[in-house]
Amino acid sequence: MPETDNPAPGAGPAPHAGAGAEPEPRLVLEGAAKRFGAVHALDDGSITLYPGEAHALLGENGAGKSTLVKILGGVYLADEGTLTIDGREVLFGGPAEARDAGVSIIYQEPSLFPDLTVAENIFMSRQPLRGGRRIDRGAMNDETAAIFARLGVELDPRRPARGLSVADQQIVEIAKALSLGAGVLVMDEPTAALTSVEAARLFTVIRTLRSQGAAVLFISHRLEEVFANCQRVTVMRDGRFVRTALIGEVTVDDVIRSMVGRELSALFPKSPTEPGETVLEVESLTSRGVFNDVSFTVRAGEIVALAGLVGAGRTEVARAVFGVDRRTAGTVRIGGEELPNGDPIAAMAAGMALVPEDRRQQGLVMDLSIEQNVALASLARLRRGGLIRRSAESALAGDWTARLQVKYGRLRDAAATLSGGNQQKVVLGKWLARSPRLLIIDEPTRGIDVGTKAEVHRILDGLVAEGMAVLMISSELPEVLAMADRVIVLREGRVTAELGRDEADEDSVMYAATGQLSGAAA
Amino acid sequence: MTSDLATSAARVDEGGAGRPGRAGRAAAWRAALRWESGLVLLLVAVILFGAAESSTFLTGTTFFYLGTDIGYIAIMALPMTLIVMTGEIDLSVASMLGLSGAMVGFLWHHGWSIWPALIVALLVGAVGGALNGVLVAKAGLPSIAVTIGTLTLFRGMAEVLLGSLTVPAVGDPQFPGSLTQIGAVPVGGTQLSYSLLFFIVLAVVFGVVLHATPLGRSLHAIGLQPEAARFVGVRVNRIKIVLYIVSGVLCAFAGILLTLQNASVSYNAGNGLELTVVAIVLFGGVSIFGGRGTVPGVVLAVAIVGALQMALTQMNVDPNVQNIVTGVLLLLSVVVPNGGEIVRRARTRLRRRSAGG
Amino acid sequence: MTAQTELGGRGLLGGSAAGRLSTLLRAREAGIALLIVVVVAVTAVNNHDFLSASSVQQLLTGAALIALLGVGETLVLVTRNVDLSVGSVLGLSAYVVGDLFKNDHIPVLLGFVIAILIGTAAGALNGFIVTVLRVPSLVITLAMLYVIRGVDSLLVNGKTVDPSAIPSAFTEVGYRTVLGVPWLAIIVVVVVAVAGYAMRSFRSSRELYAIGSNPDAANLAGVPIGRRVFTSFVISGSLAGLAGALFLALHAQVDNSAGLGYELTVVAAVVVGGVAIFGGSGTVVGAALGALLLNTINQALVASRISAFYNEAIAGALLLAAIGVDRWLSLRVTRSLTSAQGAHRDV
Repeated sequence: MPETDNPAPGAGPAPHAGAGAEPEPRLVLEGAAKRFGAVHALDDGSITLYPGEAHALLGENGAGKSTLVKILGGVYLADEGTLTIDGREVLFGGPAEARDAGVSIIYQEPSLFPDLTVAENIFMSRQPLRGGRRIDRGAMNDETAAIFARLGVELDPRRPARGLSVADQQIVEIAKALSLGAGVLVMDEPTAALTSVEAARLFTVIRTLRSQGAAVLFISHRLEEVFANCQRVTVMRDGRFVRTALIGEVTVDDVIRSMVGRELSALFPKSPTEPGETVLEVESLTSRGVFNDVSFTVRAGEIVALAGLVGAGRTEVARAVFGVDRRTAGTVRIGGEELPNGDPIAAMAAGMALVPEDRRQQGLVMDLSIEQNVALASLARLRRGGLIRRSAESALAGDWTARLQVKYGRLRDAAATLSGGNQQKVVLGKWLARSPRLLIIDEPTRGIDVGTKAEVHRILDGLVAEGMAVLMISSELPEVLAMADRVIVLREGRVTAELGRDEADEDSVMYAATGQLSGAAA
Repeated sequence: MTSDLATSAARVDEGGAGRPGRAGRAAAWRAALRWESGLVLLLVAVILFGAAESSTFLTGTTFFYLGTDIGYIAIMALPMTLIVMTGEIDLSVASMLGLSGAMVGFLWHHGWSIWPALIVALLVGAVGGALNGVLVAKAGLPSIAVTIGTLTLFRGMAEVLLGSLTVPAVGDPQFPGSLTQIGAVPVGGTQLSYSLLFFIVLAVVFGVVLHATPLGRSLHAIGLQPEAARFVGVRVNRIKIVLYIVSGVLCAFAGILLTLQNASVSYNAGNGLELTVVAIVLFGGVSIFGGRGTVPGVVLAVAIVGALQMALTQMNVDPNVQNIVTGVLLLLSVVVPNGGEIVRRARTRLRRRSAGG
Repeated sequence: MTAQTELGGRGLLGGSAAGRLSTLLRAREAGIALLIVVVVAVTAVNNHDFLSASSVQQLLTGAALIALLGVGETLVLVTRNVDLSVGSVLGLSAYVVGDLFKNDHIPVLLGFVIAILIGTAAGALNGFIVTVLRVPSLVITLAMLYVIRGVDSLLVNGKTVDPSAIPSAFTEVGYRTVLGVPWLAIIVVVVVAVAGYAMRSFRSSRELYAIGSNPDAANLAGVPIGRRVFTSFVISGSLAGLAGALFLALHAQVDNSAGLGYELTVVAAVVVGGVAIFGGSGTVVGAALGALLLNTINQALVASRISAFYNEAIAGALLLAAIGVDRWLSLRVTRSLTSAQGAHRDV
């Protein structure tokens, strides 16, 4: 049974069970913990990788996967725990030491040097040399071309990385990892930005690497990929190791249950509402090269979700609707009134609010206090004689933090001192203080612990019940399915489906988002 | 050891712990208070030092000349404070001061009367500032490069206007005595020079704007997290353009004050002062990365630099040697606040070493 | 369309766009060279003396010191830092060496060595504070500008070193020519050539570009950022020290104003030469050409009997034009590179 306890945390059943002598694990991480101030990014990160296996690491956003990856990559030094590679305990003092120990990482966010050539990006600090320790550019370009040939892509090794599409950047990252010939290859959502053809080619390469004895740790939100290409799976939740199992011994439902920690239906409290008049009308919205001819409406008292894969253009649509980005064509109307192009102030005046996806950069000014952040969108109302009334500011912040049950030390503490969930509530409070008619919320629960997640959902539910219109963007399908009254699916910048609450399920949404039938559920 | 990121990289340091004092606004506020109390102590020390070294230090005349020497520089420090708060810089301030003075001189030399000439000089300041602002905010060019460019351009235009001429030249009438007396006579009944008076009034205005108005809050937000500012409807570009225009106008005003104080002008007035202004602002506790700093801090920095210069001058220390003092103050202003950070990193490294061994 | 051609198509389009880009980059240096030629030609038409040997020598020696400082500044700027102390370092080393000639009659070669060592020490101090204390380089080198200038003034203390005190073998470096080319220019050209070659050819120098291009990624790639940035400051300091010796050789006298205000001139020349102020790109050769262009314009104004008072205004306008054009080009290139793919992605 997959639910049985494992002998050692993170060890789990060996992938070669029954095939005679068990090989030595290539990498063992046990009980790794990492904290940033009050934030526990990881409490118990444990995983064991054997040579020749593709091992999936699964968990919701905020489960601690990326932190674990950064510990393996030597970016973070774990506060606790041990890391063993090929039987020797190691302590990475930096990314270079991890690389030298044979651990190669492809991070979620490509990190390239825009000014340097593709080949130089791949071989930085390891460029092939000729006489006099000089860089051998010819050899470098040839080797790069050879790796690209293996991957079946034709990118010019001599072109600069500036201007590469996200998919191509990801390909360069993959090529970089391959060029290292590492024994352990960690891929943090490498396929998020790839087309299915590119992803398929990547899996072919992974198979080759496995056959050569490499261990591959693979992180993905696409469960069908995991089930098709991996041998074992480790699940994490809330910064802790949950279980490791052989892929053949678990079902998609098992894995999801382990990831979320409870039954799906119990998760979200969205109650049925009766939609009122149309609040937001988006017509033929276009941003050249990003998204095309996007039309939809949101009514009072309903949650409309924008679904789709990463890179499908959901966030970009939201930004253009709010006016942070300019649109090339199309109209946006609030309550029948057309909004001027690229003018967030007009959008705010018309009753629009946007809780952006990147809390740290866009949602909050981390170094300002909690009360200053809550008041930031309402300063015009808090003014008397041109000056900010401090007492009114505190009162506003006190009111909203209480209503949203924000847990904080003092209102004058910096927003940075809060946990992710409480930060998200501060962002919400900032916008709700303006009593908007339409709330756009991009990834409402990204990087938030499960308890607060449910609270955020309850808050949204309450707002909609009071007649607010909500446009929600979420990469978490369960969240979309549980919360949304209607689902607009985007693929490569175009609307591919609009599904009612009854039509929307995992299959229909994934089909519209990818253009393929979901392998896992089929 | 590869985790040594360069300063430039410090902003993107791991764990978001990049900028010193990341622990938060409240902590930063306390730090700022500490910094300002430090400045107050230093100011007291400088005054005691001056009084001990020179019998004429604690006199009204000294105070008057301190005002004429530092007032016009201090006025340029105010808009610079706001610009640095938003994470930009304006290196063209001293050249604008020179250009404004040259414009007054040029027009005077060509027979204009004084008031129209002064107004034109202020307009030149507005136009020059707008040029900086548009290039930085609209065209998205790095402000340090743009303002090095306009530094050269404005000074060059001053040269074109006046050449080797010092105005009033032979044959020109003197500037009106009612105006040039600001270089010799204090505000009625006090020992306060006019340029210091203007500075004090402006400092109050700037302090209120920065610390008590929505605009001031926006300036903090722009400096700390420009994206987040844009997402709450702060017109980042427009604000930056306005700041550069204000800077241009006030530098032109400073140029007028200097011209009248000296009762004469040549093209190279105030040459090289841009770095002094930057030094004062940074010494006042304004972060070069933006988002942090106070007007009272900058005012204290002005007072310290002014008093110290006065004391050293009365002690007959070569003005060039006084550079050391400016430099050391500036060094202190960045090294001291970073002290905690340095200790913290050293401790981490020790821990890792002991863990590794 | 099959997947293979899909990806292949993108590669091809990307390739031609890349070709355009490298053409543009080469065009940058060629463009400055061309501009220099044009300025010289136009001036020479009106004033035939402009192409005389002595005039050309003046063009070269006048640009030499800024070009030399520009080499070091390029190394620092490429890492997303800046060195504002170069003018003060030049002044200090020039005076100290002059004073040693005057009072201690040191050998000529030792004069060069000491000049370079003074610069090395100053650069090491800058580099230490920037990398270990993590103080922004703009602030620290601004502080050092003042401190070093102050120390210089303290040493000078109203004295000057005049030509009689300096060995003629030393000043010959300032005015002697080989085949009509001034020694000074030869030294600088050699430094530029060596640095230019090194900046292309060694891992450590490519790492400087990596640091400036994306510090985060450089850290992930295992680039020893602190060490590299430190080295760039040391080299910048050393070259400023050498420039001090050459200043002394050229002028044969020195007081406490040597190199005053050079820092911004150097940054201006380097930026005109195509070095990005926020790091990651630019070449030493471009920087040197930038210095030569500014000096050529300067001399051309004199030769054309246009008032030299226009010189600075023109230099400023040129600098603004240079960064404007850079920005425009990079936007266009980025757009052409992305649209080559974007257009394809839509297919």
